[in-house]
Amino acid sequence: MAETKEQFEPKIIGFLCNWCTASAADLAGTTRAQYPPNMHPIRVMCSGTVDPMYVLKALLSGADAVMIGGCHPGDCHYVSGNYKARRKIAMLKQIFKSLGLDENRIWLRWISASEGPEFAKFIRQITEETRKQGPSPMASDWTV
Amino acid sequence: MTKSATLEVKDGKVRQAINGFLKDLFTKKVVDAMLVPVAHPSGKNVVQSLISDPANIDKADVYAPVMPVNSAKIVQQMTRLTPTDRKTAVVIRPCEMRAAVELIKLKQIQPDNLLFISVDCPGAYSVKSYPKFTADKKTSDDFVKTGFKWAEDTNLRAGCQICEYPYPLTADITIGMYGLEPGKAILQANTTQGEAALKTLGFAIDTDSELAKKREAALAKLAADLKERRKKFFAEVKKELGGIDKLMQVFASCIKCQNCRQACPICYCRECVFISPTFELESDKYLRQAEKKGSIRMPADTLLFHLTRMNHMGNSCVGCGACEEACPNDIPLVKLFQLIGSEAQELFGYVPGRNAEEPLPASTFREKEFEWIGEK
Repeated sequence: MAETKEQFEPKIIGFLCNWCTASAADLAGTTRAQYPPNMHPIRVMCSGTVDPMYVLKALLSGADAVMIGGCHPGDCHYVSGNYKARRKIAMLKQIFKSLGLDENRIWLRWISASEGPEFAKFIRQITEETRKQGPSPMASDWTV
Repeated sequence: MTKSATLEVKDGKVRQAINGFLKDLFTKKVVDAMLVPVAHPSGKNVVQSLISDPANIDKADVYAPVMPVNSAKIVQQMTRLTPTDRKTAVVIRPCEMRAAVELIKLKQIQPDNLLFISVDCPGAYSVKSYPKFTADKKTSDDFVKTGFKWAEDTNLRAGCQICEYPYPLTADITIGMYGLEPGKAILQANTTQGEAALKTLGFAIDTDSELAKKREAALAKLAADLKERRKKFFAEVKKELGGIDKLMQVFASCIKCQNCRQACPICYCRECVFISPTFELESDKYLRQAEKKGSIRMPADTLLFHLTRMNHMGNSCVGCGACEEACPNDIPLVKLFQLIGSEAQELFGYVPGRNAEEPLPASTFREKEFEWIGEK
């Protein structure tokens, strides 16, 4: 049975940097900040390690949106990983634009370890935005 | 400032004139070896050959309209492990030259002792259709006279038909013909190495000669025309192929043989991630993937393969079209890769093959850029 828009619960995959956004998620948890459970976190050592292939794999395997969380520019634990992440995501988003795919399902955000409330706020935002967008046509296509 | 010499072409015999020049490089000891397209005895193909005996230069056919592989891959094969210790000339097309520059950046070609010679390229046919060209008793000299019509000749390779730079962006020596009257050609020295080679051969080097200026003016007009045409073309491609539904139709015939990757000069990885253990999964993983959607197409990850390749090599895509030539099912790969490639390259202000000193977009960054992506 096809899901209607009212019932639709977005599935979101998050690649979270170990040094900032993943810690922010911990902080959000320990401070009991409320946010929806739609984002499935994957902890990575640096946003710069997230090859666009993993983002694509998630989107083609059933995710309605993907987020990449990294340290604020200038604060990378490995000096410049987040700048490189930004170039990779810029490339990925540009390719989506060129091919007429929905680049708005890819989110890159800088959330530091101390920004627990910001993390919770962003998860609420991405969940609501994705809910508005509806199910990703890529996610359900079995021929991809 | 353009430094060039005139190449004497008698009675429109371009092949003979070029071969004479190439042979001189040997006899005047400028080079000891040469990688150059040579007519295969079968008449069915013209293949890159590494020549050490100058007598074999007579069979060279630089302008034969066939391009079996992107020769940058051959230069890579020759120089990846060690640079050549003997002076070697490499005669290649502009797209191959651009790919070679990208491979130098990717540490796949060691350019020491190589003398790059490239040409104004009238385009080429597929290996499959080249025998028809020779069966019509046409020669490369005929082709040079009627060629340089990339958009009109729909028999050309798909990559050639949408070529952006059919003239060399870099090369030690350029054999220039575009915009000149039939039978006229120049040898343009773009580097000190190229200039020294021409001088050793006894050529008189002119600065901004009439012919060079004429060619440059024609190229400037050509560049503007091609840019305009490609813009229109890609707008059409977007309409024709854009969106997930149309994209799935395009790749419906893909058998995931990965020939496109194998033929691509830029895809240099010794072990592509798509043949690595990353994609060697236990049976239950496939079944779990199938459970999520009810069924999945096998072999799995067809679109993932192509989209990943676009991400990995798109910025360096030179548009040679080797991918499409290698595709057994005629998927319009060069259209798609040039569409995403040209737009991504524009985003990063990058032209693959323009300059060996220019860093690859993925290997560098600026602190202030793309701020619309990460900020709220």
